[in-house]
Amino acid sequence: MKKKTIFTMNSIYRDDFRITGYEFGSGEKSACIVGSTRGNEVQQVYICSQLVKHLKKLEAAGCIKKGKSILIIPTANHFSMNIGKRFWVSDNTDINRMFPGYNLGETTQRIAAGLFEKIQHYEYGIQFTSNYLSGVYIPHVRMMETGYETPELAMKFGLPYTVLRKPRPYDTTTLNYNWQIWETRAFSIYACETDYVENMTAEMCIEAVLRFLKETDLIDCETSDVPFPPKQISESQLVSVKASKAGILKRKVRIYDYVREGEVIAEVIDPYEGEVLEKIKSGVSGNVFFYNDNPLITANTIVFRIVPE
Amino acid sequence: MILKVASVDLPVDEELSIVKNRIQPDKLTGKEKRMSIVTGIHGDELEGQYVCYELVRRLEEDKSNLKGIVDVYPAINPLGIDTIQRGIPGFDLDMNRIFPGSKDGSMAEYFASKTVEDIKGSNLAMDIHASNIFLQEIPQIRINEISKDTLLPFARRANIDFIWVHSAATVLESTLAYSLNSVGTPTLVVEMGVGMRITKSYCDQLTDGIFVLLKDLGIWTGDVIEPKKSIESTDGSVHFLNAASSGIFVPEADHWMNVKIGEHIGDIVEPLTGKILQKIFSPCNGVIFTLREYPVVYEGSLVGRILERS
Repeated sequence: MKKKTIFTMNSIYRDDFRITGYEFGSGEKSACIVGSTRGNEVQQVYICSQLVKHLKKLEAAGCIKKGKSILIIPTANHFSMNIGKRFWVSDNTDINRMFPGYNLGETTQRIAAGLFEKIQHYEYGIQFTSNYLSGVYIPHVRMMETGYETPELAMKFGLPYTVLRKPRPYDTTTLNYNWQIWETRAFSIYACETDYVENMTAEMCIEAVLRFLKETDLIDCETSDVPFPPKQISESQLVSVKASKAGILKRKVRIYDYVREGEVIAEVIDPYEGEVLEKIKSGVSGNVFFYNDNPLITANTIVFRIVPE
Repeated sequence: MILKVASVDLPVDEELSIVKNRIQPDKLTGKEKRMSIVTGIHGDELEGQYVCYELVRRLEEDKSNLKGIVDVYPAINPLGIDTIQRGIPGFDLDMNRIFPGSKDGSMAEYFASKTVEDIKGSNLAMDIHASNIFLQEIPQIRINEISKDTLLPFARRANIDFIWVHSAATVLESTLAYSLNSVGTPTLVVEMGVGMRITKSYCDQLTDGIFVLLKDLGIWTGDVIEPKKSIESTDGSVHFLNAASSGIFVPEADHWMNVKIGEHIGDIVEPLTGKILQKIFSPCNGVIFTLREYPVVYEGSLVGRILERS
């Protein structure tokens, strides 16, 4: 293992800002794994730290395939992590909306450029990220439909779902999109939680990455069988269930739960008088893919996303 | 006439609304033209608040000269303004990156959709921004090059100092102005002043320009000023000055000042050691139209922009 400084920038009032990477094996740039680009992506940095630990052991046992190199960058934004802020410490910009970056531009453009220069040209790019819709997701792989997407490869992770999304203009500056445009086969993994470590889903994601690296012939290791065959869906197939009233949200179901069309899956409670203002019913039968974890709900807000049967 | 554009209930005992003031003649013929003035998409940009106030005040004061409709939207992101935040509290994306929005989307997307729907069909719209808390901007209009043929004639009448025709970028396709321009509502984007402040002279200057445009459209028949001739970015290229080191930026040059190549613009200094970390010089002859206001810089922070002029 080689510990490398990928990017560095001085700060006048803090320690230097450093992006640190761990390289395993040597030779072809085969796989690059990037953890948090935002300061609250704790589950994401944890998963990468565990992958570093696993690959250290695998490398010591001679299980990294000859001529292949794997780079893991646990976080590209520890400055924000250390102060409990999601976006960049000074101007609040999002590093994951700055790619491919610009090395003569603003600070986060330079960070993105410095990072992207080092993680370009890998055959596979895996990013642990989080969604702008805050909540809990079934662990899944997400890909943008750029014309370069490879959903069949995404199935090799063995996570329950691969979700394909049509990019919107604001997606065109994400790492995933730019990796694809620069011919890296890119996958974003949503690891259920963001702000804290959830062990079971973290283990599932660690196992998924090891499985992928094994399936693509980059490592030798034992991985568990996938309990259910992964499914590929388009984001447009997900059915949103919204609250029409505002108040305190009481959910009755969690991710994976099967719900029937017309079933009451949450209630909105009057925050002053305790009465049920709305019984939220599922519009379809299927499995809960996402739930909004905010206990207070604004009217007209998405509470669940369901994968229809 | 205060009208509600969109509203949504917040969790506890509060309705959040986007409102507008429609100012129109007492008697309508049905053939009136309409101009929409929009601001407050970014909660930390306040220059437009004073423009709205002054515009409404002047219109109401002399309503006999009003022959058309003026819609004034002071706060597209009311929660952001109220809580001193650029974005919508609790929502990750920049509000000016989610247009045209979606009626079935999140609260922010719903508001974006209702805003576009409401402004659509105006004969002219103006979206007023105020840079951010870091940079001071002279009154300027920014135009995506794909809309320049439609928008330049309006921009030249707006009494602003500078017109910047910039290249198209995919990410900008989700701005309010892009969305409105793409549905045939000509929309100008104004940037001026600095975040979290009111620069009254700039606001008065722009308000005068809005009255010129209103008169050109036949909405206003009162006296207006002769608008100043703007400098246009097509007159020369724009140079960006970025910090090469983290530190404290201390300007030597003034905003909106002519500079010569090699002229001292400012320094980045280190308070702890008393050292100058970077001396910044002008790369060209030109005029400083953007100058950093907030002193703390990281490597890469923008400290100024200069329009090259011979």
